[in-house]
Amino acid sequence: MDAARLRVAGLALAAPLLFLLFWHVSTAGRSFSLIPPPLEVGRQLWDLAFGGVWDDLYSGTLAEHAFASVSRVYGGFLLAAACALPLGMLIGRIRLVREALDPTLQLMRPIPVTAWLPLAMIVFGIGPRSAFFLVFLGAFYPILVNTIFGVRNVEGRLFEAAAMLGVSPSAVFWKVVLPASLPSIFTGLRLGLGFAWVVIVVGEMTGVQTGLGAIIMEARQLSRTEIVISGMIAIGLLGYASDALVQALGRRLLRWSPQHG
Amino acid sequence: MADIPLLSVEGVTKRFSFNGAPITALEGANLAIRKGEFVCLIGPSGCGKSTLLRMAGGFETPSEGALRMWGAPVTAPGPDRGMVFQDYGLFPWLTVAGNIGFGPAARGRPRAEVAETTRRFVEMVGLTRFAGAYPHQLSGGMKQRVAIARVLANEAELVLMDEPFGALDAMTRENLQRELLEIWARTKLTVIFVTHAIEEAILLADRIVVMSTNPGRIVADEAVALPRPRDPTSPEFNALRRHFSAMLGSHH
Ligand SMILES: Nc1ncnc2c1ncn2[C@@H]1O[C@H](COP(=O)(O)OP(=O)(O)O)[C@@H](O)[C@H]1O
Ligand SMILES: [Mg+2]
Repeated sequence: MDAARLRVAGLALAAPLLFLLFWHVSTAGRSFSLIPPPLEVGRQLWDLAFGGVWDDLYSGTLAEHAFASVSRVYGGFLLAAACALPLGMLIGRIRLVREALDPTLQLMRPIPVTAWLPLAMIVFGIGPRSAFFLVFLGAFYPILVNTIFGVRNVEGRLFEAAAMLGVSPSAVFWKVVLPASLPSIFTGLRLGLGFAWVVIVVGEMTGVQTGLGAIIMEARQLSRTEIVISGMIAIGLLGYASDALVQALGRRLLRWSPQHG
Repeated sequence: MADIPLLSVEGVTKRFSFNGAPITALEGANLAIRKGEFVCLIGPSGCGKSTLLRMAGGFETPSEGALRMWGAPVTAPGPDRGMVFQDYGLFPWLTVAGNIGFGPAARGRPRAEVAETTRRFVEMVGLTRFAGAYPHQLSGGMKQRVAIARVLANEAELVLMDEPFGALDAMTRENLQRELLEIWARTKLTVIFVTHAIEEAILLADRIVVMSTNPGRIVADEAVALPRPRDPTSPEFNALRRHFSAMLGSHH
C-alpha cells in the first residue's frame, strides 16, 4: 500500500526533478545565459513572496498581485457563470430562444478572446476593466456551450420515467433536466475557469498596475527574467490549486456520475 | 360496476409514419384486463407489443380506438400506471432509496411518509444494504428491482413491464420472476408483462395474449390454468409450451 503510493509519488516527481536538473546544468555558471538558473529564480520567488533578499520595488508584493489576479479571475468567472448558465438553459429548453439567439452566438464564438482585446481597450480603457471583460468572455463560451449540450442531451427515457411517476410538466426542469445535465454543466464550469486563467494574463499585460500578468510584462521590459519566471510559476500553482478545488467540489456533488465520482 | 375492467383496449389501431411511409404497428386490438390479473403479451419482434404497452402507459396515442382505465380514457402517463422499462430508466443522480422514493416525493407526499414508504419498498426488493448506492454501482438485476420497487412505492395500480428481464442472465431472471410473483400475490397488483419467451409467459401469466406481425394484431387470448407455483419441467407445462410454440410458429 505505502510502497505503491511511494511509487506513484516518485513517478510524478521524476519528470519535474529531471527538468530542474536539466535547467540547472544548462544555465548555472554561464554568464550570458538568457534564462536564469533555477536557484536564482527560487531566490527571486522567495523575495517576491516574503521580501528580505533584494528589498526592491517587487519585494513582498506577490500576495498583492496574486490577489488582484485571483479576484479578477473569480469575478469574471462568476459573472460569466451567472450569465451563461441561465442563458444556456433557456437556449437548450426553449426553441424560440434557441432559434433567436443560437445563430448569433455561434457566429461570434470563433472570434478568439484575444481578438476582443483592442476593442475592449477602446470601450473600457486601459486598465483592469478590460482584463475583467476578457476573463468574462473567455469563461462565458465554455460554460454556455456545455450547458446547452447538457440540457439538450437528457436521455428521453428519463422524461418518460418522470411522467409515469407523476412529475408535473412544470416540475420536469428541476426534477429531471437540471440534475441530468449537471455533469455537463460542471465540465463547462471547469473549462471556463481554466480558460479564465489563460486569459487573465493577456488581459493584465495591457497597462494594468497590479496582477501577475502585469508584473510578468513589466519585469520583461526591465530584463528581470527571474521575476518573469517566478510570475509564471505563481500562475501555474494558482491555476492548479483552483482546478483542484473545482474538481474536489465536482467529486462531492457528482458522486453519482461514473465520469466524476 | 364489478364488471368494468381495470383497463380496456377498444378497437385500437396505431400507425406510425416511417420515412414518410405509414406503418401499421397495431391493428384493431381489443382486450380487457381485470383487476389483479397477470397478463403476458407474447409474440415475435415487431408485432406491436411495445406499442400496445406504451399506449396503455399513455406514452403514445392510438390512431383509432381508445384505451380506458376504469372507464376513463387514457390520455397521458400517470402514476396509476407504472412502467418498468427494459433499460431501467433509473435516475442516475439518485440513490436506490432516492429512486424508490422519487414518485411519492414528486407527488408531494409528506416527508415522513416518503421515508417510511421508501424503507418498506427498499426492503421488499431486498436492497436494504444498497439503499445508499447509485445506479451505476448496481448489477442489472438490482437495477430492475429498483425500477419495480419505484412503481410499487408510487401505488401504481397497473404495472406495465416491457421485456423487463430480457437483458438479464438466466439465474438473475429466474430469481426476479419468482420475486415478482411473490410481490404480485401479496399486493394484488395488476400486471401486463411483455415477453417474447414462451416459457416466461407460461410461468408467470394468468392469461397469455398472443400477437402476430404484418400488421401487428392480437391472434389469441388464452387462460393458463396451471396451479402455482408452476414447475417448468412438468408434463402439463411442456404441453402448454408446445401449444404456444405451434401457435407462434403457424402465424409467422
Ligand atoms: N416511434 C415509432 N416510429 C415508427 N415506427 C415505429 C415506432 N415504434 C414502433 N414502430 C414500428 O411499429 C412496429 C411494432 O413495433 P413494436 O411495438 O416495438 O414491436 P415489438 O415490441 O412487438 O417488437 C415495428 O414495425 C416498429 O418498427
Ligand atoms: Mg418491444
